[in-house]
Amino acid sequence: MTVPELDVQPSEPSGAAVTVQDLTVAVSPSGTPVVSDISFEIARGEILGVVGESGSGKTTVGLALLGHARRGLRIASGSIHLAGHDLLALSEDQLRRLRGGAVSYVPQDPASSLNPALRVGLQLREVLEAHSGGRDAGHAERVAEMMREVALPDDRAFLRRYPHELSGGQQQRIGLAMAFANRPRVIVLDEPTTGLDVTTQAHVLSTIRELARLHNVAALYVSHDLAVVAGLARRVAVMYAGQVVEIGTADELFAAAGHPYTRRLIGAIPRLTGGRSLLGIPGRAASPGSRPPGCSFAPRCALRIDECEEAVPPLRAVAADHLVRCIRAELVLGQEQSRVGDPIEMPAAGADAAALSLEDVVASYGRQEVVHSVSLGLTAHECLALVGESGSGKTTIARAIAGLHHNWTGTIMLGGVPLETSARHRSADVRRRIQYIFQNPYGSLNPRRTVGQIIEQPLHVFGLTDGREAGQRVAEMLERVSLTAAYAARYPDQLSGGERQRVAIARALVCDPAVLICDEVTSALDVSVQAAIVELLGNLQRDLGLSMLFITHNLPLVRSIAQRVAVLHNGELTEIGEAAQVLETPGQPYTRQLIADTPSLETAKADLGLGDSPAGAARPGELA
Amino acid sequence: MIPAAGISASPADAQVRPVRASSLMRRSLRLWRTRIGLILVGALVLLAIIGPFVAPHGQSAFIGPPFSNPSGKAPLGTDHIGQDVLSRLLNGGGSILLTAIIATAAGLIAGTVIGMAAAYARNALDDVLMRGMDVIMAFPQVMLALVAVAVVGPHNWVIVLAIALTTAPRIARVARGAALPVVERDFIACSEAMGVPRWRILFVDLFPNILGPLMVEASLRLTYSIGVIAALAFLGLAPNPGAANWGTMIQENRIALAVQPWGAAAPIIAIALLTMGTGLIGDGIARTAAGIDRARGAE
Repeated sequence: MTVPELDVQPSEPSGAAVTVQDLTVAVSPSGTPVVSDISFEIARGEILGVVGESGSGKTTVGLALLGHARRGLRIASGSIHLAGHDLLALSEDQLRRLRGGAVSYVPQDPASSLNPALRVGLQLREVLEAHSGGRDAGHAERVAEMMREVALPDDRAFLRRYPHELSGGQQQRIGLAMAFANRPRVIVLDEPTTGLDVTTQAHVLSTIRELARLHNVAALYVSHDLAVVAGLARRVAVMYAGQVVEIGTADELFAAAGHPYTRRLIGAIPRLTGGRSLLGIPGRAASPGSRPPGCSFAPRCALRIDECEEAVPPLRAVAADHLVRCIRAELVLGQEQSRVGDPIEMPAAGADAAALSLEDVVASYGRQEVVHSVSLGLTAHECLALVGESGSGKTTIARAIAGLHHNWTGTIMLGGVPLETSARHRSADVRRRIQYIFQNPYGSLNPRRTVGQIIEQPLHVFGLTDGREAGQRVAEMLERVSLTAAYAARYPDQLSGGERQRVAIARALVCDPAVLICDEVTSALDVSVQAAIVELLGNLQRDLGLSMLFITHNLPLVRSIAQRVAVLHNGELTEIGEAAQVLETPGQPYTRQLIADTPSLETAKADLGLGDSPAGAARPGELA
Repeated sequence: MIPAAGISASPADAQVRPVRASSLMRRSLRLWRTRIGLILVGALVLLAIIGPFVAPHGQSAFIGPPFSNPSGKAPLGTDHIGQDVLSRLLNGGGSILLTAIIATAAGLIAGTVIGMAAAYARNALDDVLMRGMDVIMAFPQVMLALVAVAVVGPHNWVIVLAIALTTAPRIARVARGAALPVVERDFIACSEAMGVPRWRILFVDLFPNILGPLMVEASLRLTYSIGVIAALAFLGLAPNPGAANWGTMIQENRIALAVQPWGAAAPIIAIALLTMGTGLIGDGIARTAAGIDRARGAE
């Protein structure tokens, strides 16, 4: 089967490119539905955003569009019509020929989806050969064309590179080029910008936007990031516990959502102009198999009434092109949508002596200097956010303070006393006063020890308490981080990501530290969990009078936790000052660029103006 | 007492998952291969332990003409000098098993410590230790054991030492390989930041996380150790040539394999079943570990 050559001229979207009806994907032997009752269509040239938190089934839906279900799952019922085929009626062989041709896929992690042993040029040619049945002299020209489309150099030297010789953004562009290579009708993008810096992300997003428009491709954009989707998609479907709970145009959805979950989700997004607390969503999503009989969001919903639990609410229209799966949608729509919680009372950064100060800190990996002469101070009761892109040196600074990175010079003082280079040479008291919370709660808790043992560890190491008293202290800390004492007996793999991070916080705080270093502590978490963790950390920091160094690449988040912010760029401090001032009236061009590239619901409309936005305007030249 | 932070979310209300799944060993017992392996090993260990007490004759008692066929008096016939094959079989397993277990355990401990230390060090010590291990591994196991026994003499401690020495590098490689990804994880860094002593990090934080692959390798090494010790005895290098020993028995009685097969076949079967058993256990653990990993990967 050859894929018919599609019209590459930009034209008005006409008709649905893909139609999904009543799709159910279930666990293979047991038949427990993972996603159910999914119906939507995407017109040609349209981007449909699918948002949801981890476990909501958004990737499962994305893969179903390729006729694929992950191992252990199968597409149980429904229909998917794409390019004139009913996908579910096709044999595996027919599906294989369709994939990469009429429908293609861009995975989340480009680094692992490209073959590390093959040059990128060869990998691009392979995509063409697989669907045209062999080598063709025209392929070289097509590869060059594809490279130009994704704004990459098309010279021979670049095509001879291996994937590891490219940056993350370039790798993802190669992934995009491969996906668009055979001029598909439908393309599924599964969080393609998740691992990228905001600036790179902004460029990749505008490339996606341009390509989808140029080639009139129907795109399904799966993401957990509402702000990204708001700026990219015309229509958005919100998924919760395996169902679409709301679908409508992005404008309408983000201005006035009809489902309580969508509203809470939007409320959990931090924003640059904030300075307000974030609202997490209480409880957690039910896993497949233990979902309640009625509305799956009912157990966490503030507007729940008894009827909610009787039957699964139907997806019904509340306005033209706006469907909501909630029996109380009218009530929800009647309320004003509030984006954020109350203003946070942040104590002004005290004039007291610095609790922690860095002077001329230079850190290196081997011979390469990654942090150049950074000086900053942190007073008691103060939260300083350290922001910057990946590779800016922010984690290296944090690890140097904690004594985990040994290769640094300069002075780091804790309460006026200079610190030794490595943790091993510091006194126990110094080690106790500086505590570190790691980025990934899946890696920072020993999987072979119970939560109780993990939280107790600092007590034993620093000889603070023992025996029964330690057990009480653990229970106290668990309460403190909004878990219960019963958690002490569990193992980390029985906890969700948010719960694990709470345990990590409890471990850091159990020994009464003075300085808390939080290294991207929410980057592995869902946005509603992030909101709850940031709220918890902020409260603890203010209540306990901690000095906190909050490292993040998420600029809007800074406003909800930190009084001051330091912007790091290529290992140098470019700007430091009050958070409100730096983020609202940045003094440095780099900070301004960073803020401009940060997707947010507020600027989403400008982005949707396709090509009018600053980021979009920069592209067409490269696409010519 | 510090008051609880004002937060609305209480994830504890969410469903409580079942108590922690049983350990790797317990899980692996769900597989038939592990059960069969355990039954085989158990039966032969039992045979070796209680054998000497239930043997019908003394292990060196002459009860009939050489190579006589099975009879009521000697159910498995007699050997090359007229001793009872059954009695020698019952007496001959203990020394092999004991030597193999002690030698493997010694190699396991040494190899684990070296492998973990090399993985954790991440510096020149890693190279020094592992290249040292490579040098030992360059000699075939039987060769090294033969040389040691030939030079020093066929003492038990020499055999144990030679086998432990050759087992350690193989264990060390596995331990290091399993430990490398674990030492990069943040809970190790967390312990370092707290100033936990290195040995505690190795044994308390690291060791439980590499137990799976280590158990697989240990059972494989035990299988090989049994084979090597039996081979040494077969070559006449058993510590006590007069005493019954499965390896020695094969060597003594193989000439009469056509006349009185039991003299050689009985110890061969015993060794075969024993090594099959340890192999099956190792395989079962390996499969269980892989299954757990797969299930985790699918999450």
